[in-house]
Formats: sequence, structure tokens, C-alpha cells
Amino acid sequence: MTTYTRMELMICAASGLLADGAVVVVGTGAPCAAAMLAQKTSAPNLTLLFEAGGVGPQLPRMPISVGDSRTFYKGLMATSMADIMETCQRGLVDYTFLGGAQIDQYGNLNSTMIGSDYHKPRVRLPGSGGANDLGSLCWNVMVITPHDRRRFVEKVDFITTPGYLNGPGAREANGLPPGTGPYRVITDLAIMGYCDETKRMQVVSLHPGVTWDEVQNQTGFELLKPTASRITSLPTPEQLRVLRDEVDPRRYIIGRS
Amino acid sequence: MADHRTSNFSGFPDRGDGPLFCPPDVDAARLAFRDKPKGLSVKVMSVSEAIERFVQDGDYLGSGGFGGDRIATALLHEIVRQKKQHLGLAGHTATHDFQILAAGNNTGRGRLLKRVDVAYIIGLEARGLSPHARRVSESGDIEFCEWSNYALAVRFKAGAMGVPFLPMRSMAGTDTYKHSAARKVICPFTGIDLVAIPALWPDVSVIHVHEADAFGNCRIRGTSVADFDLARASKRVIISCERLISNDEIRRDPTSTVIPYFCVDAVCEVPYGSYPGNMPYEYYSDEDHLQLWLKSEVDEESYAAFLEHHLFGVSDFTEYLERCGGLRRMQELRHEEFFPNG
Repeated sequence: MTTYTRMELMICAASGLLADGAVVVVGTGAPCAAAMLAQKTSAPNLTLLFEAGGVGPQLPRMPISVGDSRTFYKGLMATSMADIMETCQRGLVDYTFLGGAQIDQYGNLNSTMIGSDYHKPRVRLPGSGGANDLGSLCWNVMVITPHDRRRFVEKVDFITTPGYLNGPGAREANGLPPGTGPYRVITDLAIMGYCDETKRMQVVSLHPGVTWDEVQNQTGFELLKPTASRITSLPTPEQLRVLRDEVDPRRYIIGRS
Repeated sequence: MADHRTSNFSGFPDRGDGPLFCPPDVDAARLAFRDKPKGLSVKVMSVSEAIERFVQDGDYLGSGGFGGDRIATALLHEIVRQKKQHLGLAGHTATHDFQILAAGNNTGRGRLLKRVDVAYIIGLEARGLSPHARRVSESGDIEFCEWSNYALAVRFKAGAMGVPFLPMRSMAGTDTYKHSAARKVICPFTGIDLVAIPALWPDVSVIHVHEADAFGNCRIRGTSVADFDLARASKRVIISCERLISNDEIRRDPTSTVIPYFCVDAVCEVPYGSYPGNMPYEYYSDEDHLQLWLKSEVDEESYAAFLEHHLFGVSDFTEYLERCGGLRRMQELRHEEFFPNG
């Protein structure tokens, strides 16, 4: 049997969700690894954008910054941050990947502060960066994150980036573009989506060997059960070979697990 | 599409509660630009002279590039060394640039940063969080207003356009909006709610470019981030460049000019001027040095020693580069930039 780490499983699962011919805004780390892996396997015509202005690079190595020169290495264009965000705003970008210190059942994300008083934060975090824009304007928002109760909380301390806010219709009522929003959450335990009716987070598939109780116990809110009992596909030997040999040979990302 | 009537939200509030540090006085900005010297005059000067002449205490500062990529490191160091006080800052992905400026807060040198429009601070992206920037930000020493990266880019764009605001579609419905100084505006054509982003005209900006002539016509290679608009929106602009080039060379290829001379007040030739940041097509970032800086911040004693050795105890940027390994190290970083696969 093929062996793999949980980080490798997360990256392979995320990679499999990216359709060929689509456009995705990625950051550094696991999302970038997933997009690079997709390009080299299932989605050779996937176009990568980076928020500082990099368009369609042939990434030689993992960028360290979403604005460094690798983000347009042998690229199609080196443009501005506004141009990238406006490409999202006019509806051209299919996917983005975001992260955060906290996520709630509607996929709202917090990357600004931990604590109950904004003016006296227990921990001050970086803030939105481009996350709020990408989470507002891209069609499908994906999150790759470790799964624990510290991150998956009933209520985020600060809504940095909108998920479905407080439920169905809330994004549209706030003027966010209709049809956009959270799409998938890929963790070390499961893949989750969102219920069409309630916009609440719902398990799509459990990773091999993971039980429902385990996932629910690591989640600070009530998860919705999957409509059918499904197991996340195992990484294929080809995916693992490309990931280890070509995408992340120095094990910057996959070495973390 | 969901039915709006089923929502228990009735849209977002009319205005964010955050402080508007620089109200968008569009006609005052016009007067400032009218009074700029517009002759083709030679503006080449030293870094220390440029910072002395064009950065005043209390100024609102714009920082070009993207945090650790094509940043005006030499100019930022000099701002800290000259102990400028009570500056404002537009912090769109402000990573190492914010880390440098934060060395002027809570280090016994007064209060360099006073007001910051935040989209992204404290973090250095994948490298982790800056302990000192965190301490400063959590101490209440700086007043914050929240934005997104695009919002700050739009503020510069509105400033560059000479209009008081521009609409956009992100930030609505979030706490980022709530703690911003944005407002709601209803589209007169479609009736949809939009977020109105006020123009921003920084008093002064520091921008590092690849090439500039003596008058301040500038070329940038690679991503421009927000610098096209930042240079146009800023009342004063200090340029550092990797290389000075002739005005004939500018005129040979005007398509390559990104910033025109009439935006620019000072031109400083500083090779490796973005170090330890990345400079596209020149040199990659010095990740070892950035890690050293981060680690030094863990306790105050080692941080004070680090700042003394690298920032306060050197006379200029060339001496900093020498303390960081000099030309030998710069050549390694050039190699890293040109041959990313080794």
C-alpha cells in the first residue's frame, strides 16, 4: 500500500478539486503546492494568479512571498495588485485558497485578531491582506487547514473575510457578488463543503481511517453529516511522485506534517 | 440565487467606525500638485539628504513594492535612523518594511509610527510573525484602521485619478469593513450597494525601482504592485534605484517609463537597495538574514544588539550591506534569482 502523510493527502485532495482550464489565485504554502501539482497532473491548463501581480508563471520553485519574482517566472504577465483583484471583481476567477486562525460554520474567516475587544487584542494578527477581496470576489473559495477545535469555532472573534456571513442570502444582501462564496474546506481529517439550503458546513468525505465522531469532536460547532457516506480518494502514486520529486523536492511544505 | 428577503441581514452599515486619518480633500490635493516644481531639474542626492528634506515628522508615508519585494530598504532605514516621529503608514502587505519602521517604536527612540491603515502588518508571509511588530501592535502605541489590500490599492488609484472616492465590491458585511473608514454608496444605475473607498494622497512615498534618470523618470521590471498609482497619488516621492541611467536612454524607449519625473522629488542611486528583499531580475531575498532579524526580536536584549549592529550603528546602507556579507553575499543572491533551481 502507498504511504503518505496527512499534509500530502491534503495537497493531493485540493489539487484534485481544481478543474483544467480554470483560473486560480493562490498564496504560498500548501495551496501553491496543490495548484502546482494540478498543473503537472490533472489540470495542465490551470492558470495561476498571485495577488501582487504575477500571472501564469512556470514556477521553478515554491515562492516565499506572493509578490516575489518566482510568481511571474517565465510568466504570461507581470501586472499590478489592482489588476489581479479587478480580474476577480469582474468575475473571471474560478477559485482561490485562503487560510486563517479561525473559521466558523458559515466559512467566515478570521486573520485579524484573537480576543473579545478589537482595541485590546489578546493576539494581533496580520489582518486581511488580500483575503477579504479574494473571499468576496472569487467564485469558489477553498481553505486548507489543520482540523482542531481552536480553529473550527462556533463564532470567529473577527470576521476578516466573508464566508456566508450569517446564513443564506446574507452575502447578496450585503452587496457581495451573487453566486460567490465558500466552496470546500480541506483538512487533515476530511473534506467539507456547504449545504445549499442552510449554507452550513457539511462533510463531503472523510479521509481514510477517520471516523465521523473524530471529525465532529475536533470541530467547535455542529457539522452537517454527508449526504452519502464517502471516503476521500487516496493520493495516487503518480500524484505523490510528482509532489515529492517536482513540486516540493526540498520538503518545505510536505515536510511540515 | 438566494432570495434576499429570507435574509436576516438588511445590508451593511452606512459607514465603518474606523478613523479616517487622511480625509479625501480632492481640491487641496490639486493645489499641492499645482505647487510641485515641474521643471526638468536634476534631483540626484544622497539618501540622508532626501530623507532629511522630504520626510517631516507627522507625515503620512507610502511604502512601495510588496513588503519584502522591491522595497525601498535604504530609504526606510534612514527614516528610522533619523528618528522621524509620529508618521502615518499605508500598510498594504507591509511585511519587512513594517518590521523596519516598527524598530522606531518601543525601542527608546520615541514613537515613529502613530497611525497605520492596515491591510497586512506584523506577518512576513510564510516566514512567520515578527515578535517586535506584534509587541508594538498589541501595546496600543499605534492607532489602526482596517482595510483590505485591494482597498488600499483603490485608495491610491482614486488619489492618482484625482477623485475623492471609488466604489468596490469587497469588504462588505465583515468586521474589516466595520473597523475601516469606508462607507456605503448606492449605485445610481443598478441600485446595488457598493463600498466607497476614500482617495488617499500620502504626504511622501518611498519607492525602489530598477532604473531612473537624474530627473526621476523611472523604470520598474516585474510586478508593479500598487506603485503606478502610489507614485501619482503621493504629494512627494523619493526614489531609490538600482542604477541611474541617462535621459537619452529614457527617451529611446518611453514605453518603459512607469513613473514620470514630475511625480518625483528625489533620486538616490542605491545598488541592492531592496536588500534583504527580493528585486526581480536582480537578486533574490536573503532568507537567512530575514530569519536572523526575526529571531533577534524574541527578547529585547538580543533585539537591541541586532538593531545597534545593523541599523543604528552603521552610517549608511553600504555599511549595512557590508555587515550582511557584502558583495559576496549579493552575488549569491543574484545567482539565486537567476538560477532558482540551483
